[in-house]
Amino acid sequence: MSAETLQHTALTLNDQLPALQILVTFIAAPLVVMFGSLRLAWPITFAASAISFVIALMLLSQVIDGSVISYHMGGWAPPLGIEYRVDAANAFVLVLVTAISTLVLPYARVSVAAEVQKKHHTLFYTAFLLCLTGLLGVTITGDAFNVFVFLEISSLSTYVLIAQGANRDRRALTAAYDYLIMGTIGATFFVIGLGFLYMATGTLNMADISDRIADQGANRTVRMAIAFIVVGIGLKAAMYPLHLWLPNAYTYAPSAITAFLAATATKVAIYVLLRFLFSVFQPTLLMEYYSLRFVILPFAILAMFLASYIAIFQTDLKRMLAYSSVAQIGYILLGISFLTETGLTAAIVHLFNHGITKAALFMAVGAYVLRANGSFYDEIEGLGRRMPWTSAAVVIGGLSLIGVPGTAGFVSKWLLVQGALEKGWWPVALLIVASSLLAVIYVWRVVEVLYMKPTPADSVVREAPVSMLIPIWIAALACIWFGLNTDMTLNAAKAAAQGLLAGSAGMMN
Amino acid sequence: MDTNTAILASMITPLLAVVTNIIWRDKPNLRDGATLVAAVVTFLCVLNILMNEGNGTTEPMVLFSVMPGLDLAFNVEPLGLLFAIVASGLWIITHLYGIGYMRGNNEEHHARFFMYFCFAISTVMGIAFSANMFTLFLFYEALTLSTYPLVSHKGTPEAIAGARTYLGILIGTSIGLQLVAVIWTYTITGTLDFTKGGILEGHIAGPMVAVLLGLYAFGIGKAALMPFHRWLPAAMVAPTPVSALLHAVAVVKAGVFTMLKVGVYIFGIDFLAESGASEWLMWLAAFTIIAASVVAMTKDNLKARLAYSTISQLSYITLGMALATSMGVLGGGMQIAMHAMGKITLFMCAGSIYVATHKTEISQMQGLGRIMPITFIAFLIGALSIIGLPPMGGSWSKWLLIMGAANTGHWIIIGVLMVSSLLNVAYLLPLVGRGFFLSSPEIAKDAPMAEAGMLIWLPPALTALGCIVLFFFAGTIEAFLAPLVAK
Repeated sequence: MSAETLQHTALTLNDQLPALQILVTFIAAPLVVMFGSLRLAWPITFAASAISFVIALMLLSQVIDGSVISYHMGGWAPPLGIEYRVDAANAFVLVLVTAISTLVLPYARVSVAAEVQKKHHTLFYTAFLLCLTGLLGVTITGDAFNVFVFLEISSLSTYVLIAQGANRDRRALTAAYDYLIMGTIGATFFVIGLGFLYMATGTLNMADISDRIADQGANRTVRMAIAFIVVGIGLKAAMYPLHLWLPNAYTYAPSAITAFLAATATKVAIYVLLRFLFSVFQPTLLMEYYSLRFVILPFAILAMFLASYIAIFQTDLKRMLAYSSVAQIGYILLGISFLTETGLTAAIVHLFNHGITKAALFMAVGAYVLRANGSFYDEIEGLGRRMPWTSAAVVIGGLSLIGVPGTAGFVSKWLLVQGALEKGWWPVALLIVASSLLAVIYVWRVVEVLYMKPTPADSVVREAPVSMLIPIWIAALACIWFGLNTDMTLNAAKAAAQGLLAGSAGMMN
Repeated sequence: MDTNTAILASMITPLLAVVTNIIWRDKPNLRDGATLVAAVVTFLCVLNILMNEGNGTTEPMVLFSVMPGLDLAFNVEPLGLLFAIVASGLWIITHLYGIGYMRGNNEEHHARFFMYFCFAISTVMGIAFSANMFTLFLFYEALTLSTYPLVSHKGTPEAIAGARTYLGILIGTSIGLQLVAVIWTYTITGTLDFTKGGILEGHIAGPMVAVLLGLYAFGIGKAALMPFHRWLPAAMVAPTPVSALLHAVAVVKAGVFTMLKVGVYIFGIDFLAESGASEWLMWLAAFTIIAASVVAMTKDNLKARLAYSTISQLSYITLGMALATSMGVLGGGMQIAMHAMGKITLFMCAGSIYVATHKTEISQMQGLGRIMPITFIAFLIGALSIIGLPPMGGSWSKWLLIMGAANTGHWIIIGVLMVSSLLNVAYLLPLVGRGFFLSSPEIAKDAPMAEAGMLIWLPPALTALGCIVLFFFAGTIEAFLAPLVAK
């Protein structure tokens, strides 16, 4: 540790990357307000996001071999000071979050202009930057209370962003309010859990907590902490049955925000769950209590089936995708509940793969909203001919959602089934493939609506503008690329899984 | 051209035709001409591979490594090469026929039709040259998806419903069963490479072998083993060239081809024979052969009857694999070529009748043989080949299968094959009789010949001729496939 404590004093930019990861967007947010200029808001936001993306990539390249970066905020040594800790697991999530935000922003420019009132635009981008900062902070920090602080930053700005959908549909307000209530309950649970941990260990640094838990073993206080934290984060991650806020929030938020949140917010919450379960509470402890096998596993399977089943009967593309997200989160949780390297790798890979898939799909939905004024099935009938590029991207995203070979979704599904088979959990393996057949049904309903229905004769719908098509297609092609070339995703996920399974030992090296 | 380049070229050329179909969508002659060139080039590429490799097996060419032991890789081996020759060769003929059919029948969206058609061919080449089960599975799914728009081509409610059944069963079985089988195989062996003698021996034993085989056999829905056969009749809503090439040759043969590959290269024939795991599959295939033939007899719609006939004939190949003897595998492999030639003839004749007279029901086809003699003679030859009578190619594959059954002492199976041939006679030949010997008030005694255009009657005539030619080249094919079962 002593060698590490000196690291921050070296004044190379490279050593400051963990702090810059947060600061760039955090400082850009007030800048946007201060300039107050409609013209500057977007460029500043985009530049901040792009720089963050580069920083995240640099961080990932440093830790993909399994090493850990420990950064001491302000030079205060942990456990008193706040520690930022980057390993393969969170560097991977940082890359996902910043990549999606950088991808969504060029798209957002047109989409937001069409969906959000003009007078709100600068503040909209401020909220976006704060949300991004919050998500990055939650991911990068190694301090348990700091997680809560950043979680609140991202949540509060998310409520604002969702409410911006009110310009198009007033129901966005109730959706945001619902999420506010649920999110606050979740955050409260989380902070109560942290209270228990502090009670039991007297520290808030994650590595320190895990050390002390390892010393004293599990006791009732720690177990209460597990319960509160899992439920609290479960609400944020839309873990079934705590997902009730999600369908409305995704449906009524502005399209760009839906695409951004669907690909990042729930994923970050799942990362926090992973971090607490494995690095703070230790895999050995989890195995003793079967809490994963008897709590998370059944709910994950319920999510896969019930949410997919509900998705089949939706008549709004956006809402259908929202329910599909709940189901896909079930896959991720299922992978976690295996408590094996393959299972965790599957979960982390799916985190990423589902992120890019949903980004492509929700962005395409935004294109329909822009051109056809809505995404209900009867509004997008026959648009496969009018908007061929957007619709083709929807098909690719849909195939990835099903898990057709050659797409990103296939890789995660493969690993998940492999994980189940390795454990000898036959029925689970069959349930995984059975639930992806439900995905075939809900995806194909959309394909039939887009391609098999006649285009209304009086339709004047045109293809979406290029500035939207390019991000949509980058995401769609990424769905294929990461289905064939898994070097980046699989290696990072594997390193992350190994680190997580090593428990606190993984945090100490 | 070296072999690996030729493999890639045989997949990329049809994809280029996809592009030309998009670019020249409003210039029919240029578009269809370009596709014809692509078809010929693809065939030449495959012939080039044949010249280079003969019936040898090449080292896999790895394009991508998705996971350790999980590569997107291609190689050449006799069975795949035979499948590629059959599919690419018949593509040329079917394309000519397709031009005639689509124009003669005033179908819409020609460019879209040919575009997906080319795409499907490209995936078929991918299947034929797959070096491992993962690559095969990838192209298997791509073939299902690329043929979906062809099945639903007409856009009518029946077409959409048929396409839904098609996709539902094929995707359902492949993801629900086959994928599990593939991952299971990968989990216990750590590889999916097609290896002579199989990869499973020593990794799995007892009744689980039969379970795994079951996951494969039912998971390969394209082989149309009962009870997962419903997609094939459902797919008959597609325009006839699709039924002819894809649902008599490419798609269904991709299914039984996969079945043979799994039997020969994943399980290994000897392992199957020793473990006795394929016994039940043999009986199920025998049941499918008889049951589908019986159903075929009840169908008045010609294409539906041919569809059930196909289901029955496909199970010959599954049966050949399940017999787990070298004769069975050779007979199954040969049946891929023989049945393809015979059945494509029958389907093209059905389409020819439809274009010329717009008749689809067998009971309406009285006396048509007099005005469409070429079509009906071609149909007769194709039917005789399917039945398995000399001098048609189909007789040899049945011969080998019967030998295989005799070698293993399965006398009942021999009986099944015999009964099936009789049933074939009963459901295929009446049409020819009706056409030539019954008269219809609509058709005058001295009516002139009323064949549809030359692009429609010539292709089936050629393939009918092919059925006869194949009779004399059966030995060549057998020798070609021999390395599959060589010790």
